[in-house]
Amino acid sequence: MADLETFRRETREWLTKHAPSQIAGIASNDLEGNWGGKKATYAVPEMKTWLEVMAARGWTAPSWPQEYGGGGLSGAEAKVLAQEMAKLRLPAPLIGFGLTMIGPTLLQFGTEEQKREHLPKICRGEIRWCQGYSEPDAGSDLASLKTRAIRDGDHFVVTGTKVWTSYADKADWIFALVRSNPQAKKQEGITFLLVDMSTPGVSVRPILLISGKSPFCETHFENVRVPISNVVHKIDAGWTVAKALLGHERSMIADAFGGGQGGGQKTSRGSALVRLAREHLGDGAGRIPDPILRDQIAQEELDTRAFALTVQRAKDGAKAGHRPGPESSIFKVYATELNMRRHELMVKAMGPAGLGWEGPGFDEGDLEVTRDWLRSRGNSIEGGTSEVQLNIIAKRVLGLPD
Amino acid sequence: MDLVLTEDQDLLSKTAADFVAEHSPVSRFRKLRDTRDATGFSRELWKEMAGLGWVGIPFPEEFGGAGLGFAELAVVLEQLGRKLAPEPFLSTVLLGGQALLLGGSDAQKKEWLPRLVSGDAILSVAYQEAKSRYDLRHVTTKAEKAGDGWTLTGEKIQVLDAHVADALVVAARTAGGETDAEGITLFLVRKGAPGLSVERQSRVDSRNAGLVRLAGVRVGPVDVVGEVGRGGALLERVVDRASAGLCAEMLGSMQQAAEDTFAYLKTRVQFGVPIGSFQALKHRAAKMYIELELARSCVMAAVRAVDANDEDLERLVSLAKARCSDAGVLIANEAVQMHGGVGMTDEYDVGFYMKRARVAEMTFGDATWHRDRFARLSGY
Repeated sequence: MADLETFRRETREWLTKHAPSQIAGIASNDLEGNWGGKKATYAVPEMKTWLEVMAARGWTAPSWPQEYGGGGLSGAEAKVLAQEMAKLRLPAPLIGFGLTMIGPTLLQFGTEEQKREHLPKICRGEIRWCQGYSEPDAGSDLASLKTRAIRDGDHFVVTGTKVWTSYADKADWIFALVRSNPQAKKQEGITFLLVDMSTPGVSVRPILLISGKSPFCETHFENVRVPISNVVHKIDAGWTVAKALLGHERSMIADAFGGGQGGGQKTSRGSALVRLAREHLGDGAGRIPDPILRDQIAQEELDTRAFALTVQRAKDGAKAGHRPGPESSIFKVYATELNMRRHELMVKAMGPAGLGWEGPGFDEGDLEVTRDWLRSRGNSIEGGTSEVQLNIIAKRVLGLPD
Repeated sequence: MDLVLTEDQDLLSKTAADFVAEHSPVSRFRKLRDTRDATGFSRELWKEMAGLGWVGIPFPEEFGGAGLGFAELAVVLEQLGRKLAPEPFLSTVLLGGQALLLGGSDAQKKEWLPRLVSGDAILSVAYQEAKSRYDLRHVTTKAEKAGDGWTLTGEKIQVLDAHVADALVVAARTAGGETDAEGITLFLVRKGAPGLSVERQSRVDSRNAGLVRLAGVRVGPVDVVGEVGRGGALLERVVDRASAGLCAEMLGSMQQAAEDTFAYLKTRVQFGVPIGSFQALKHRAAKMYIELELARSCVMAAVRAVDANDEDLERLVSLAKARCSDAGVLIANEAVQMHGGVGMTDEYDVGFYMKRARVAEMTFGDATWHRDRFARLSGY
């Protein structure tokens, strides 16, 4: 523990010295966070400096091995780093699917050559990744996907359409599931491929959502030539990789929706939901005046805390050397339901002020809350619907029969 | 405050599970109920549990205790909750014992705690009144000055293990109006004190509770637990600790009820298939599991907050009690529903779990009450 305290002190000193003052308080979200990639943009120029100094120390991916550009930190050290960054209100130097999805997958399944090729570029924020899983006719039943990959010497020739590819219009590479063997049982004829999106035949079209924004795209492949060396794991064994990656995706979603805030931390005495209710309903002498809405808000705050504690329990268990317990299977479904309820309550708290789409008579912040509510409705669909998650819990955790 | 069992806690949990499986199957509780047992629990088993050191877990070594914490106590309570063991942990260790530990004079502690730890003394706290619902400050029992002492007059309801208690810690009003926070004093009243009468009550869960009547019971300055007029705050601290412990028991009960139900879903065949293959039931079973896991995290945090004397203890206790109350009732109701017709029969144990879940829900405040408290403590 003494070592950990030394690490904490040194980390704090290093962060204080190297973090540009302009970045404190910048959010690590879609809008302001550093996603990296060839088309990278920065909330403020100093965010670029921040990325560079942190990448140089390996702290964009603190717990990855140093040989691949990571920081080589233990779980306990990585937690300390996160805590110290939070205290200084420092944003993550880098976010995105490279760090949360394809990186961990390559560490598990990649060849040495693939790891050396891709992981350092992810850590430095040079390449932005996106995911090609779902298809127009393969949603919850993902294994029925049809994008075909036909072998031609040392290449696959890929043709098909991927849908819900998040930020494909801003990404440089895509990891995709393709049908390499149409004769095999559906889960057994799938290959996991890494595709450079600048290859001829790849095209991207943004999809407009009910929220009025386009975080997702449709990505078309027309006779796209991909080297066989870009297959992760074995040909026709992509389903194994896909399942592992979905696990990473679901824990990322859980982290993004509150789990990552850590249960040791106190519930803030005024969450955005509580502040919004006060603003629109009046302070009521320290008590939200609508008793039913107040109870619903309290329920939401309690549930959020309970969830954060559950994520903390899983992390503490992992730190103590326990294998990941069944509790992690609930993260995706619960985190998303929680986030959706929070957005419902925020709109409800605003009342008629929450009905604006754009233009005069509406506050800009309120408009954003309403758009976020619309966007949140997708949370229980993307990354595996809640119904599919409940099926997984029933089958894998409770052992209920098919 | 890591939310993980230490090796010692893990070992204690396993020992407790083995002991409970061997000595306290639900059939034992059923027999106590069916025979209308005069004590309502087993004194021999209570002595054995004391011998194992469980009764003394949260008490300092100078009183014969183990000097451990609520994190350890919780793993034992959880195992007892699994099989609905009715031994008097809640009344004696969590209420009476904590009241003396936190507020008792040296003389009171010396007199009572060693006997409590050895399993020889049963204690309880008489706080609830007919109209107080969950408000600990709602105290109408009067303590009127008489010489250098007081006389107590009033009635307390559903006092846990009252008919077997060797002493009761009674909340009475020495000053102030009916629901004032100030002016409440806690008094230690011994069994057999003139003017004290205890009548056994029968509740749905068949666990011990009694009606306590105080008709001019004399108490002196040596019987005051804590400070005169400041008993309200002390009582709240005691009930917070007791609530954390009760949540651990509730967790065990809901875990068992859920596991029994999941097992039933796999074996009960209708329409030629196990009913657990129906998605309508699968999804609800998965939701029961989610509620269980969240409740477990909250209970672990609450008992650790007691041990750490965490400044956020009150909110963590309300969080745990709110979630355990709701989850306990949900799981018990679903357990009966998924058992179908047999779930409604007295012969099946699942009904016991539903009855206990309801009583536990309404002990120390239900979910709505604790959400209100959480919101109040959070400033909204």
